[in-house]
Amino acid sequence: MRPSDAYLLGLALAVTLFAASFADAALGLARERSALARKAELVERLGLTDLVLFTEARYTRHPSQADLHSAFQDHPFALDHFPSGSLLPPPRLKGRS
Amino acid sequence: MNSWIGKQRNLLDFTLSSLSRRRGKTLGMLAVYTSIVFVLASVMLFSHAIRREAAIVLVKSPEVLVQRMVAGRHDLIPARYLDAIRGIRGVQSVEGRLWGYLFDPSAAANYTLMVPASPRIEPGKVIIGDAVARARSAEPGDLMSFRAHDGTLVQFKVDGAIGRESALVSADLFLVSETDFRRLFGIPEGLFTDLAVSVRNPREVGKIAEKIDAALPDTRIVLRDEILRTYESVFDWREGMLLVLLAGAILAFAIFSWEKASGLSAEEKREIGILKAVGWETGDVIRLKMLEGLVVSLSAFLLGYLLAYAHVFHLGAGLFEPALKGWAVMYPKYRLTPFVDELQVATLFFFTVFPYTVATVVPIWRAAIIDPDQVMR
Repeated sequence: MRPSDAYLLGLALAVTLFAASFADAALGLARERSALARKAELVERLGLTDLVLFTEARYTRHPSQADLHSAFQDHPFALDHFPSGSLLPPPRLKGRS
Repeated sequence: MNSWIGKQRNLLDFTLSSLSRRRGKTLGMLAVYTSIVFVLASVMLFSHAIRREAAIVLVKSPEVLVQRMVAGRHDLIPARYLDAIRGIRGVQSVEGRLWGYLFDPSAAANYTLMVPASPRIEPGKVIIGDAVARARSAEPGDLMSFRAHDGTLVQFKVDGAIGRESALVSADLFLVSETDFRRLFGIPEGLFTDLAVSVRNPREVGKIAEKIDAALPDTRIVLRDEILRTYESVFDWREGMLLVLLAGAILAFAIFSWEKASGLSAEEKREIGILKAVGWETGDVIRLKMLEGLVVSLSAFLLGYLLAYAHVFHLGAGLFEPALKGWAVMYPKYRLTPFVDELQVATLFFFTVFPYTVATVVPIWRAAIIDPDQVMR
């Protein structure tokens, strides 16, 4: 087998897998649609406001409910000391904080 | 047509044998390139999927939330505020919510305690989220005890657990009855954590928020729209330490690949000289070298993207876990819904494949137009 044949075969395989990843995403989305609806229903029923991404501090557990100062209000000159604080942007409020 | 295909295949054969002559360098370049595409694609797929999921799921969160602020801190809100809000035209309903956090010393974890309106929980019973069940190895029927605000023990019998399927919104929940919540924290009747307001006409939400703000000046209002906007910006490409660190790596890679692609080694110059001397056209030499760049960058893109897709959607984005987990003891085990933005993938393709391929052209063109005799010397 010529090197170009082996490469083109590998490339064709990778391109097929690349296309298959989109098909897999579409199938996964169709499969998860009812689960998403159930999650939304749970959010509505329990009145949830945030995703459970970071449970370490209240302003990272419920970023949408925290005010802009909550990360720094423990004492004067307090700095945000939770690592996930650096991964989260402050809440996007319309001028009220 | 056949001769054109034959010529391209010969060119590809030559390109591959030229790359295999510098096997170590080529494989090293491919590995670095693939890992950069892998990390970039993983961040891109993860952040897009989580943003879309948040947008779909949180669209059902409370329309307007009213919190009381005292000395810059969130404080308990009295029940009389309910009546004040009910009096505002356009308000459909107002409910007092009870929720807070409880530190469990035995698991060293924080739970989110909540009193749900539905299902109503019987006193002494609890429904727990998946991460709580895992942290405490708790099953329905088990007993869990916590010290109340006055030091007395409050015991809960696990009535059920919320499935892992919805862990992204419920992993750390600890749903209790109103009686138990008030007993645990010593919150008297007539006080709530915050108020959830629903509005008759969704277009009036802004106006009603202004009216609540005017009627109750010591409150802070959080709209559903603001919750959604907060999550739109979470894991945004431009934000966060992860991407700042990544920016350094990308910059290092850009310098590395620019240096590799644009600076020709003496050996490569000699190769170009020999090709010209045996009769190759300048165009053929440029095509050969561009093909080398394309073979490396296209292979790296495809490999990196496929690995990233498997990592994010089939292996639970395990490599991000230490960064996302931070100091949290509880981390939800969730499987992201595979939302893929084709435009983002196309952008990633464009910015990873084209610059490298194009960067190879200028120095090769410069080397290819010099007299072969001069290059080979």
